[in-house]
Amino acid sequence: MGLVDRGRMPAPLTKLFNMGRSYSMWVYQWGLACCAIEMGAAFGSPRYDVMRLGVIPLPASPRQADLVVVSGTVTDKMAPAVKRLYEQMPEPKYVISMGSCANCGGPYWDSYSVTKGVDQIIPVDVYVPGCPPRPEALLEGIVLLQQRIKNEDMAAKWRNEEFTSLQMTAERGRLAREPLVVGGGPIE
Amino acid sequence: MSLFLRDYLTVVWFGLAAILVAGLLLGVAAAVRPSRPGKEKLTAYESGVDPVGMSWSQSQIRYYVFALLFVIFDVEAVFIFPWATAMERYGWFGLIAMLIFIVLLLDGLVYAWKRGLLRWV
Repeated sequence: MGLVDRGRMPAPLTKLFNMGRSYSMWVYQWGLACCAIEMGAAFGSPRYDVMRLGVIPLPASPRQADLVVVSGTVTDKMAPAVKRLYEQMPEPKYVISMGSCANCGGPYWDSYSVTKGVDQIIPVDVYVPGCPPRPEALLEGIVLLQQRIKNEDMAAKWRNEEFTSLQMTAERGRLAREPLVVGGGPIE
Repeated sequence: MSLFLRDYLTVVWFGLAAILVAGLLLGVAAAVRPSRPGKEKLTAYESGVDPVGMSWSQSQIRYYVFALLFVIFDVEAVFIFPWATAMERYGWFGLIAMLIFIVLLLDGLVYAWKRGLLRWV
């Protein structure tokens, strides 16, 4: 049983790990629909160059991944696979939902086969709105997540406490558990 | 300890250092990381679909032909080339040992020839 499991992590060690975690995120990619093209531009092209942020978009399986980007339409048929692959990622793990379809079903809000938002099956940390979002929007989502990880109190999160930020103010600590939205605004 | 064995001491040190470093890193990780094993997590990774069958499975015995040809032409060369570069040092002993090896493989070559395995298509 590790330190994190026991809910006891010294603050300096937490900060050190947070820095390491935020600047070496391995991203598992689920390109499920057209948003995957924008994700490919963000992850694969020299113009956007995601590796300068310390993000490595090349893990071979979810076993090595810290972050998953769900980009595109999640169908009800695909949902069990998405759920299982999320389960197979090691903790701590984070999810970015990219595009209107993954956020809430998007233009397929009344379709018989589309899951209305990936957050119905897995918890989402950052929502990137857009149809599709530009690569810059995805990069901003990653930067927002990195800022959150840097201020995260891992042990408190493991104890399932309400305040999981290293910053002591209750308001900011409370916000640290709510999902982020690129461009601001409420989740609803 | 002979000079020959002393050369191999480097390999031992290298192995020990590798075990030490890997053990240290894995130990630190085990002391810190959260552990949440579950049924889904421990399932074999098959891109999200149900894994089918066991990873232990039989392969066709007929593929022995490729193994045979591989040993005759590739493995033989792997042994013969280093021996040829130091042939003088090993003298008659080396020559006879290598001849025995080659004759054994020649047996396989005759078998492959008889079966018509050397013919293209």
